[in-house]
Amino acid sequence: MHMSFPSNIFILKLPVQHSSCLITKGKPGGHTTEILRLMESLSLSYSPRHYVIADTDKMSEDKIRTFERSKKNTGSEGQFTLQRIPRSREVRQSWSSSVVSTLNALLYAVPLVFRLSPDMVLCNGPGTCVPLCAAGLLLGLVGLKKVLIVYVESICRVESLSLSGKILYRLSDYFFVQWSSLKDKYPKSIYLGRIV
Amino acid sequence: MKTVFVTVGTTSFDELIERITTPEAVQALKGRGCQQLVLQVGRGSILPESDSCYELGINAFRFKDSIAEDIKCADLVISHAGAGSCLETLGAGKPLLVVVNDKLMDNHQLELANRLYKDSHLLYCTPSTLVETLKTMDFSVLSPFLPGQPKHFADFLDRALGIQ
Repeated sequence: MHMSFPSNIFILKLPVQHSSCLITKGKPGGHTTEILRLMESLSLSYSPRHYVIADTDKMSEDKIRTFERSKKNTGSEGQFTLQRIPRSREVRQSWSSSVVSTLNALLYAVPLVFRLSPDMVLCNGPGTCVPLCAAGLLLGLVGLKKVLIVYVESICRVESLSLSGKILYRLSDYFFVQWSSLKDKYPKSIYLGRIV
Repeated sequence: MKTVFVTVGTTSFDELIERITTPEAVQALKGRGCQQLVLQVGRGSILPESDSCYELGINAFRFKDSIAEDIKCADLVISHAGAGSCLETLGAGKPLLVVVNDKLMDNHQLELANRLYKDSHLLYCTPSTLVETLKTMDFSVLSPFLPGQPKHFADFLDRALGIQ
């Protein structure tokens, strides 16, 4: 599959094919560790990396910066940016206020994704990812660009999908689960064992 | 088990902190050779004083940038069921006792702890069974926890996207 890359993001001219990905972050804590483990394995080609985190999340920013610095030290550099959008949903938030805050997050997500024009959205869980994936899908729907939606369900999810997972199961291009029990229940998912 | 490290990650888990510092729990810990108890209490409302227990050395704090060092120095880790704490502890090869917060609604955290327990990688209990578990726990029955393979993910994605 040929990946086109947005010329306005690239500063470096490199011989290899590049794809920019927009990495979305869930709530702070375990999810940050998970997505950074996945990021560790990705090659130089996945650049620039735009990390999108909730405006209330300080811890994730520190972890991301530390991670990107360590990549720099090993010479595996690429560019990265940190973007913030309002949280779409807090844990245990009521349904009605969740709808409002999700719409609010969407208002930020759509211009952000349209501006960054990533080739791929990679996400790992709750919080910011649904509005961002929706914005990515929108980019494709209006005929501007096909954005790949890659969702990795958290390793915490063994028997049931998270709410984000349930929403994105049919909407994503690649949907990864980390336990065979979920693969049985969600046959369209990809199971490669534990990947974080 | 000279040094025991208790962690609740980014959550608050007052019941665990409360229970592990009761006289019964302290006795149980001492019975297993514990001399030092380190408590990472997160957002909890209980932060024990360092000199609050004359039977054990106690060191309590809320957060650190990284608890890797505390895990490394511990002979036993007692943790909430959070994925990060569980995986970090198991990744460091330390004995892990998970205490499940049965007061949390929609406790999907249980799924991972449950699975890891069924696969014999950790022991688990609730705050009410904590003391009993401390007395009877046997880690020799557990299997080693192998690390996850993010490379499989990367290889798959590279192939799917046609990246060399």
